[in-house]
Amino acid sequence: MDKTLAGIKVVELAQFISGPYCGLLLSGLGADVMKIEEPNVGDISRRCGPFLGDRPHPDRSGLFLHLNRNKRGITLDTKENAGRKILLNLLKDANVLIEDMAPQLAESLKLDYPHLQEVNPQLIVVSITPFGQTGPYKDHNAYAINTSAIGGMSSIIGEPKREPLTPPFSLGHFQTGIIAANAIMFALMASRRNGTGQHIDISEAESWAIFHTGNVVSAFVYSGRKRKRTGHRTPGPYPYTILPCKDGYVSMIALRGSEWKRFLEIIGDGKMPEWYARDERFKDRLKAGMQYADVLDHLLSPWLMAHTREEIFIRCREKHVPFTPVRNMGEVVNCEHLNQRKYFETIEYQGEKPFKCPGSPVRFSQSLWSLKRPAPSLAEHNTEVYCDQLGYSKEEIVQWRRLNII
Amino acid sequence: MSILPLEGYRVIDFGWAAAAPRATCLLADMGAEVIKVETRKRLDPVRFGPDNLTRDPEMDPLFHSINRNKLSILLDLTHPQAVELIKRLIKISDVVVENFSPGVMKRFGLDYDMLKKIKPDIIMTSFPGVGSEGPLSDVVTYGPSLAGLAGLDSMVGYENERVLGMQQAYADINAALHGAFAIQIALYHRERYGEGQHIEVAQIEALLSTMPEPVITYGMNEKALGTLGNFTHMMAVHNNYRCKGEDKWVSIAILTEEEWEAFCRAIGNPPWIKVEDFADSNKRLANRKKLDGLISEWTITKTPNEVMEILQREGVAATPCEDTEDRFFDQHFQERQILVDVEHPATGVDWIPNVICRLSETPGGIRRPAPLLGEHNDYVFGDLLGLSKDEIERLIQDKIIF
Repeated sequence: MDKTLAGIKVVELAQFISGPYCGLLLSGLGADVMKIEEPNVGDISRRCGPFLGDRPHPDRSGLFLHLNRNKRGITLDTKENAGRKILLNLLKDANVLIEDMAPQLAESLKLDYPHLQEVNPQLIVVSITPFGQTGPYKDHNAYAINTSAIGGMSSIIGEPKREPLTPPFSLGHFQTGIIAANAIMFALMASRRNGTGQHIDISEAESWAIFHTGNVVSAFVYSGRKRKRTGHRTPGPYPYTILPCKDGYVSMIALRGSEWKRFLEIIGDGKMPEWYARDERFKDRLKAGMQYADVLDHLLSPWLMAHTREEIFIRCREKHVPFTPVRNMGEVVNCEHLNQRKYFETIEYQGEKPFKCPGSPVRFSQSLWSLKRPAPSLAEHNTEVYCDQLGYSKEEIVQWRRLNII
Repeated sequence: MSILPLEGYRVIDFGWAAAAPRATCLLADMGAEVIKVETRKRLDPVRFGPDNLTRDPEMDPLFHSINRNKLSILLDLTHPQAVELIKRLIKISDVVVENFSPGVMKRFGLDYDMLKKIKPDIIMTSFPGVGSEGPLSDVVTYGPSLAGLAGLDSMVGYENERVLGMQQAYADINAALHGAFAIQIALYHRERYGEGQHIEVAQIEALLSTMPEPVITYGMNEKALGTLGNFTHMMAVHNNYRCKGEDKWVSIAILTEEEWEAFCRAIGNPPWIKVEDFADSNKRLANRKKLDGLISEWTITKTPNEVMEILQREGVAATPCEDTEDRFFDQHFQERQILVDVEHPATGVDWIPNVICRLSETPGGIRRPAPLLGEHNDYVFGDLLGLSKDEIERLIQDKIIF
């Protein structure tokens, strides 16, 4: 049996993370993903560390090597007229285009949806931008920290009087990528019955502002409640917090009173500690959380500081208390559970020490996930695609190369 | 009007809280018939969130946001008769979704092997926190605590200070997005090859897939990062800067030399940009604290929107840090309609998040508000399963439909 997306041809005219993560998911499940990069410089993630052997090189970037496995790679300057023509030729035969041009640029290059639709009416075009194809900010520039800020993620992370903290790394780009992947599947499912292509408008700011934090705005409209930064805890019934212990931190979140009660019994060696049971202030968990959280943090501290994360975790698991250690990345990458599950994949490159990278985000009992080919070097498949597949001559390729069109 | 992508597909949703319900929400928005299985014995806690100050399970705005477009039936699955009924429903459905702890569905007699006997091409999707197998599979987790287990929280805090953590549910919402994608892959697979399958979205695995950078950094160099603040080695200017007003901040990020020059122009080429400490990007990175201080002296004189306007005019990435009220009144988000209003019988009018996937031909939409408890008992048990009014009444009396 072929892989689920066998035969689906995807052209990826996108860089860094959002588009490429989407392309990676489709590629792993069988789609033929062809990545187009700018001649000479390539995808920006080629310039991001860490680099294999600590040697910066376009083919040695860990992030690029991970996100672009199994894709074919060609170079093309789509801003040039000649390049544009070649792109349109490529798209005649494609099912999906993933692109991340600013709307103004796409329009000026005549590479916006109406022009693409002319060339291939069945084409599904996914346009990924920070703010979307419409609206006053549509041509604004934004990196992950900026979309997190406007999307409402940062305003609730950090301490009350200090700068908001942005979620680390590029979570927003990955959210955008998985939303794009969803949208492509919706379009593919629709096309099985409608037969038409469509234009999909994906905005990173909205991946936060609609999908992650949209409902919080609903709550604001409903009850006027606005959440502020509250440091190491979240407002609500106690506990929903991260507290220090002997060798690090524990995440203590009890959605149910019964879970909290069982934890108190752990601290009290089998029964609720007197200091807690006697104290009127703690009778109502919500009141305790909203007014006496500092007091409780302080009262729990002696016990917590006397126990390691592991000790606390073992005791909590025994009693079905959902508190978990805050682990560092070393502990995660070496995690026995994840490794037994074979979650991580390994990337080997030209005799260098292999390194671990994330594996598939989801597991299927039938659909095969596999990434056989390594990420392409810059222009690796130019000849294969331009000559063998599209039928251009070697002379044309040489000419284009000279003019930096490819 | 084109047919919606998932019109004609039926999804049985055993989900509660976030992961499964948000996944089926995506599917419902795009036309799938999603039937939420609820029970008064153990109501979805989201029906009683912090914004529902009544004790009425129909009044929670978060529940209304997540469960719009869905139907609701009541069934107490601890009754064998209820399990029989749900099996009959599954027989005429396409997808089953659940986010219980591993083992719960099996206890109901509704694990994948059982469901496959009822409907061989059924697609089942589970959302265990860390996975159904492995040494940690017994661990109870919530979305926010998974961020600790996955290493994400260890890097969230002011640089080299204590761990603060994400303080929100990221893992389960991320899992929902990956789950919805996986369900569609399985549907597509079934359309092509005629077989169903079991999907497992281990939430910690879906989460780690969105943070390859620290995984790779450790994998290559055995270096585990600590609390990072807003620092990235890629950009010298990359922070949230204080603005005029109470707790007002603007995010600014500068990657390229061109953007740096544009930034300098935009702020009027002050003399301090010429000092040796800021001569190139490496020097700026080394001296970023000093740089941040000088940038703050400029931003503090302006509102976040003013900073955004001035900098974006020159192509520099800057956006206000918006809280809930800011986002509601944001002119761009208003034009983009990130919220839409829908009438709800209990709350009057809800403002709920719009459909996240904007497709030009099959845009999806909000067709109906979140369901009342058991609102669709008659439709599902009567029309779909052919029970008579008397039979349904008896099941209600016996607290099987409960």
